[in-house]
Amino acid sequence: MTEHFVQPAQMPEHIVPPEHIVPKKVYFAIFFALIALTAVTVTISFFDLGRLNAVVALTIAVFKATLVILYFMHLRYSSRLTQVVVAAGVGWLFIMIALTLSDYLTRSWL
Amino acid sequence: MAENHAATPYGLAHHFDSLDQQREAGTLGMWVFLITEIMFFGGLFLTYILYRSKFPHEFVAGSHALDIRLGAFNTAVLIGSSLTMALAVYYSQVGSRRLLVTYLTLTMLLGLVFLGVKGIEYTEKFEHHHFPGADFQWEDPAQAPALEGNPGAGKVDGRHVEMFYWIYFAMTGLHALHMIIGAGLIAVLIVLAVRGRFTAEYHMPVEITGLYWHFVDIVWIFLFPLLYLIGRHE
Amino acid sequence: MIPKQPRTHYLNISYGFKSWLFTTDHKRIGLLYLVSITLFFFVGGAFATIIRLELATPQGDLVQAETYNKLFTMHGVMMIFFFLIPAVPAVLGNFLIPLMIGAKDVAFPRLNLLSWYIFNLGALFTIYAVVSGGVDTGWTFYTPYSTTYSNTHVLATGVGIFITGFSSILTGLNFIVTIHMMRAPGMNWFRLPLFVWAHYATSLIQVLGTPVIAITVLLLAFERVVRIGIFDPALGGDPVLFQHLFWFYSHPAVYIMVLPAMGVVSELVAAFTRKSIFGYDLVAFASIAIAVFGFLVWGHHLFVSGQSVYAGMIFSFLSYAVAIPSAVKVFNWTATLYKGSVSYQTPMLYAFGFIGLFTIGGLTGLFLAAMGLDIHLTDTYFVVAHFHYIMVGGTIMAYLGGLHYWWPKISGRMYPEGWAKLGALIVFVGFNLTFFPQFLLGYMGMPRRYHAYPEEFQVLNVMSSAGASILAVGYILPMVYLIWSMRYGPIASSNPWPATGLEWQTSSPPPTENFEEIPVVTWEAYEFAGQEKEVSAAG
Repeated sequence: MTEHFVQPAQMPEHIVPPEHIVPKKVYFAIFFALIALTAVTVTISFFDLGRLNAVVALTIAVFKATLVILYFMHLRYSSRLTQVVVAAGVGWLFIMIALTLSDYLTRSWL
Repeated sequence: MAENHAATPYGLAHHFDSLDQQREAGTLGMWVFLITEIMFFGGLFLTYILYRSKFPHEFVAGSHALDIRLGAFNTAVLIGSSLTMALAVYYSQVGSRRLLVTYLTLTMLLGLVFLGVKGIEYTEKFEHHHFPGADFQWEDPAQAPALEGNPGAGKVDGRHVEMFYWIYFAMTGLHALHMIIGAGLIAVLIVLAVRGRFTAEYHMPVEITGLYWHFVDIVWIFLFPLLYLIGRHE
Repeated sequence: MIPKQPRTHYLNISYGFKSWLFTTDHKRIGLLYLVSITLFFFVGGAFATIIRLELATPQGDLVQAETYNKLFTMHGVMMIFFFLIPAVPAVLGNFLIPLMIGAKDVAFPRLNLLSWYIFNLGALFTIYAVVSGGVDTGWTFYTPYSTTYSNTHVLATGVGIFITGFSSILTGLNFIVTIHMMRAPGMNWFRLPLFVWAHYATSLIQVLGTPVIAITVLLLAFERVVRIGIFDPALGGDPVLFQHLFWFYSHPAVYIMVLPAMGVVSELVAAFTRKSIFGYDLVAFASIAIAVFGFLVWGHHLFVSGQSVYAGMIFSFLSYAVAIPSAVKVFNWTATLYKGSVSYQTPMLYAFGFIGLFTIGGLTGLFLAAMGLDIHLTDTYFVVAHFHYIMVGGTIMAYLGGLHYWWPKISGRMYPEGWAKLGALIVFVGFNLTFFPQFLLGYMGMPRRYHAYPEEFQVLNVMSSAGASILAVGYILPMVYLIWSMRYGPIASSNPWPATGLEWQTSSPPPTENFEEIPVVTWEAYEFAGQEKEVSAAG
């Protein structure tokens, strides 16, 4: 009959990392860091840094996003597979933007 | 074989071997979905990059007419909601039902505050005829005397400012849609949590909804400087 | 010994519409997809029929030019989005992947069912566009014609494609998580059948690429409604941006169409040479390489669009690079034949067809990847022939080969071998007669998407149209005898070929839960010497 299954013990390669519980104080620390960085990015935008304005704003945004991903989204404590998946996603976005810009930025070279 | 039936842990679906495997699969599935969202919003970011470099003065002009205080406030609100969401996940992990419900509710309220503020901003934009379409009007404030260091004065083409607002509404609108969906998901979680459906062993839906919510926060973390903080020094 | 069917299996465990429409069994969902895509194949085929009828004469005398524009548009849209992209993954992939890895189902069975409903919802919008007057922009929807000037149902078609895209994303997501998380004990990555590797690579593309066509179609839809000029040069927009966004997905999409087919061919070549695929590791990595490199070449569709020459050079170089892993696979399949025990049953005939025709199609892709040559060949029938060699000569042949090979597993019955061989022969002859003349036509300068052409092209066009009618017979034949075999075909054993792979270690048809006992895998893929290994329980 088909309703009885033998449930084999999981082989080593299927062992998943035990659930990691991040302490609350880490969450609060990240929260305050994010608020502070928001204040910084707003303040800096009022100074004229020429082309660097955009660079600085994006750098701060990337840093904030990284904090959210690593700690709020637990990527720091996740499996290697999950980390690779996230890296691949970001990488692919980069490919799309970089190769498209390779067209627009070089049109005037001819 | 009878013990296989009796010992099936609460919440385990029939095609998984263990709660751990199920949790890991669910988490991986949500991350893969978030990758698709990165590429989805990515197309809009690419469009933004190209048109900002094509119409820099119009983007500055359009950005100046956005309310930076409301934008910054909303950023703080969303970051706060990420904190409350992370805490909700924490309390689900330790099996505290009351605090789980509390923090899920706080998260949803903060999300609704964000949407409310966006509603205010959108209304203001409609009233000023800044919504793209047949009704769009742009009074060029750069008709004012050309200031030193403001080479864009008098050179702003209203049609291209309309392009900025098109991108503004497309990006923030899509973001708001994702927030509404997220708020809906959290509402469902609240109902389930109140009914005691989550335990310290089985709370995967809370975790993966949390991942989704944080992602929506991350999109805003990029949208805010890219849309509200362009050329603020001018 | 006359094979006996198991008393209960996934087909007879429950009856009635509800048991099918609300199923979460991946095998039933695969069959639901089979019904849907076959229907859409015939819709797309109907458009092709009218096209080839029109092109039998040089004058545009069957349909008006505007109607002809609608015909090739709808042919492309139906065939690409509603047949080729789902065919192998959603039918064969859904059915086989849990079986091949030793799992009871995919990771998210309800999402699987949802993806079928989403697929049909998207198709509904597109069919609505078809019956209410069609779309005439070409399946490529280039702007600003599609956004501003076309008076046809662009919006409905766009919405249909947008919705169906989610079906593709969910399938890919499901496969990725399933293959990572649900393999049976002992089934490590390098014991997986190459079919699974191919589908894993395909799923990567589906997940990373489809969202971009989604946002592109969304922008197109907004533009049709609001008319800002986001892609309209008259208003400051950039039509080449649309092309970048469109092809960022649509080029990898062709690998969604061909990679699963290659996975099928690997299984067929191994089974019908009774040998392990030569260079298993290389073929597995080649699948991943095709998926990755496939994302780096989209600019080769923009060579004449005004794209920078320097970007064109990069894309051209990368387009040559992406051919390498495909070539590796062809070499390895060929090497597998050496000293193999080759048998020429129908699935193997289709596999041979694939290898030969895909090679021609792939090589002509290299012609097109050369920028200088592309300027002469772009928008001619050379391009049309190139992609039909890959998609029809390649994908559809592999799909038919796979359908025949796994038919006993799916239905519990064998198909009639004589008729099947005849069908394969008719398909091969019909295909080449249809599409080889098109290479010549294109090289001689006949443009694509034209309903009338100069007299000197007529002979080749007539050959092509004649071939199309033969091809049609070749496609209808399997439909007839496969359905016939479900009732009257001889009952198949669990492993009629016999072949390796976990799917053959369970009954034909399999039980709903796939296996009486989840196997513990201790052997390599394609270990033909180990055919008689018992499937053993753990511990």
